[in-house]
Amino acid sequence: MNLTLKIWRQKSKDTKGKMVDYKVTDISEHMSFLEMMDVLNEQLVAKDEEPVAFDHDCREGICGMCSMYINGEAHGPDRGITTCQLHMRMFNDGDTITIEPFRASAFPVIKDLVVDRMPFERIQQAGGFISVNTSGNTQDANAIPISKHAADEAMDAATCIGCGACVATCKNSSAMLFVAAKVSQYALLPQGQVEATDRVLNMVKQMDQEGFGNCTNTGACEIECPKGISLENIARMNREYLKASL
Amino acid sequence: MTKLNSKVPKGSPLADTWTNYKDKINLVNPANKRNIDVIVIGTGLAGGSAAATLAELGYNVKAFAYQDSPRRAHSIAAQGGINAAKNYQGDGDSNYRLFYDTVKGGDYRSREANVHRLAEVSGNIIDQCVAQGVPFARDYGGLLDNRSFGGVLVSRTFYAKGQTGQQLLLGAYSAMNRQIARGKIEMFNRHEMLDVVLVDGKARGIIARNLITGEVSRHSAHAVVVASGGYGNVYFLSTNAMGSNATAAWKIHKKGAYFANPCYTQIHPTCIPRSGDYQSKLTLMSESLRNDGRIWVPANIEDAKAIQAGKLKPTEIAEENRDYYLERRYPAFGNLVPRDVASRAAKERCDAGYGVNATGEAVYLDFASAFVRYGKEQAKIHNLENPSKAEIIKLGQAIIEEKYGNLFQMYEKIIAENPYETPMMIYPATHYTMGGVWVDYNLMTTIPGLYCIGEANFSDHGANRLGASALMQGLADGYFVLPYTIGDYLSDDIRTGRITTDSKEFEQAEKEVKERLDFFINNKGTHSVDYFHKKLGKIMWDKVGMARNEKHLKEAIAEIKEIREDFWKNVKVTGNLNEFNQELEKAGRVADFLELGELFALDALNRNESCGGHFREESVETDGAQKGEALRNDKDYAYVAAWEYKGEPSDAVLHKEELEFKDIELKTRSYK
Repeated sequence: MNLTLKIWRQKSKDTKGKMVDYKVTDISEHMSFLEMMDVLNEQLVAKDEEPVAFDHDCREGICGMCSMYINGEAHGPDRGITTCQLHMRMFNDGDTITIEPFRASAFPVIKDLVVDRMPFERIQQAGGFISVNTSGNTQDANAIPISKHAADEAMDAATCIGCGACVATCKNSSAMLFVAAKVSQYALLPQGQVEATDRVLNMVKQMDQEGFGNCTNTGACEIECPKGISLENIARMNREYLKASL
Repeated sequence: MTKLNSKVPKGSPLADTWTNYKDKINLVNPANKRNIDVIVIGTGLAGGSAAATLAELGYNVKAFAYQDSPRRAHSIAAQGGINAAKNYQGDGDSNYRLFYDTVKGGDYRSREANVHRLAEVSGNIIDQCVAQGVPFARDYGGLLDNRSFGGVLVSRTFYAKGQTGQQLLLGAYSAMNRQIARGKIEMFNRHEMLDVVLVDGKARGIIARNLITGEVSRHSAHAVVVASGGYGNVYFLSTNAMGSNATAAWKIHKKGAYFANPCYTQIHPTCIPRSGDYQSKLTLMSESLRNDGRIWVPANIEDAKAIQAGKLKPTEIAEENRDYYLERRYPAFGNLVPRDVASRAAKERCDAGYGVNATGEAVYLDFASAFVRYGKEQAKIHNLENPSKAEIIKLGQAIIEEKYGNLFQMYEKIIAENPYETPMMIYPATHYTMGGVWVDYNLMTTIPGLYCIGEANFSDHGANRLGASALMQGLADGYFVLPYTIGDYLSDDIRTGRITTDSKEFEQAEKEVKERLDFFINNKGTHSVDYFHKKLGKIMWDKVGMARNEKHLKEAIAEIKEIREDFWKNVKVTGNLNEFNQELEKAGRVADFLELGELFALDALNRNESCGGHFREESVETDGAQKGEALRNDKDYAYVAAWEYKGEPSDAVLHKEELEFKDIELKTRSYK
């Protein structure tokens, strides 16, 4: 198929960006979206133009590096996937595709489609851990039984890949789903109870300092989340926060 | 040729070696640890766990990752699980058995003492991860669940859905975050190590490039730990991440660290087949699928041809016309033979013309019988009387979905076929490299103060790695081995004081790094970096792939050299030096692969035996029950081939570490 691409080009953080049109031809429906971008970049290099910078690494939907806003949706039109798992069969011959970086004031653009997600790092550093040293002298792994239900729910929350699609999707640029996923994982497990109070307070405080917006329960983040992290986690975090504040 | 000293402590029975060693090594007192700096390259399971643990102990750690967060290292993509000899299932597991399975699985080409230590600490890894809040799968009683992996007869694999690597890495990442917050780890995201700096023969720092600004900077430390992963991307197409590279490992090789067994590469049997020339990477389907999936191709060549032409569907082929070739050839292990055996068997069938997609390079992985088996069990549990076939299949599919749902979904997204309705198509792909930087028992390379851990080193998996053992090794090295062994070395450095970066050694290393970067930008050649990488990858796959012979290996060595020369004349790198420049990043990595590939082929040529992932067509059993199977040659090749850099890759000098097997008898590895 032949496509027109409208891509955000921005030289660096401090320069002004703009949308630029490109054409690609003979794109196979079996290609992944990023393979289509590879084809474009090879074309640009051949013409001595600068290729489009974009973050990507594992290309199997788990590292959380890729971060494109395609036709107005984080990770594009398909559901339950990241940009690297999006395939060209989702598009039609002759389509015009708009490709932008994940936009949020807390995620400044580094170059073209690459954004800086350091705020996520600082939020995790504020409390996204259990304070246990790796001495090897902890108790036996089976010493505390954990109900399958709780373990499964914790796993569902822990499956967040930290890509930032929730922030890019939210009209308030809220990071609540991301923070709630980590808070929930630990809140659901007995190991997380000891530090539960400090954790939720510190992580939420850091989230606010980073300039993310508030949650207004729209739920768009849950729809666009490539890992289907449930909105219930936000409710659970609010409950944890309330409990910690009382 | 010198004899390499593995530094395995002498005098204790194997089972006590590690304990006795730990009792006798030198320690660094807590006040002195504050004055000692350690650099860690890479933040996957090995690097991340090492960085966190060293910081907890009190050392000042500087950690480097090329990604924007430690959490994105490619350990994250490991799916199936992590082995540990917990014997929670009561099925006869023990440290010894895990040790034995790993040595046997590695085709008797690993160092006994290292493997035994790995087995000893395996149980502790699970305890540690659970304490960190890693949500492993549990049974209804609330205890940890296990599954089975290839090459073993027990269930010792712990898992978190199909995302075990992700959960373990997030555990190590959380431990790192705690130390970053305390200031004990200084984290350098989006930085790439471009050289190591030696002062008086010891590793004392690195040169790194900030990938956002392009700034090249010097970093000093009392010891350097390389945990940069494997070199599978030398094939261009592999299951590695796009950015996975061998640059850190190769740079230290060029500075004096020997590189061991590069030809030991694992071609994983269950990956999604290639669909076209634009393919950028291959996706793995977890080995755990072989617990329930049965692998087959059509028994009749006419059926295979019809399938390749798209005229026949797999579900239309009757049971008796299917060739479940693994079950046929290896009745004892069936679909759960080790990875190298399964991969070669798939290649054998496809080379004979029985492949099942348009390219002829695919076999089926079929869950139909598992649907029925689980469905019947569920019908019984739910007291359904005379359930219909459709009901049984539906119940069975629900169980399979619970076990492997995310993998089935991933497959459907890539291939656009529903694997609940039609068998999956799979084909082998490069997945893991057992070879790597040579290290002694302390995980130190041949350069004092330079350590190498995780996939980047060669130590524990011999010629073939068993499933779910990579995660085990990465965390064992980082959490439980390196923190001890490095202390023994650093105990001599308590009076050294901070290492200055204002020395001629740092200056020289920085100058060389900058000259090379300048060269790429200014070369203004004719072909992109990927052009050369793809050419290299094709030679590696065709001539240094699943089956190797002398003629092809010699051709490969000559051809890789040609591509390398062409690369240095004609490579084109767009953009500038002092900016975010992904073409420039790739250029440096591919330049290193173009050297490593040649050494890889040279090593494969030298090893005229078939062992593990290395299969030489000249070395096969000629008769008896094992006819056509790999033939190992213990008399001539029971050694580690460690190569010393001497300029051109083919000038490398071979050093041998003879392998001694005291606790395990060398046997032909039979899975029949």
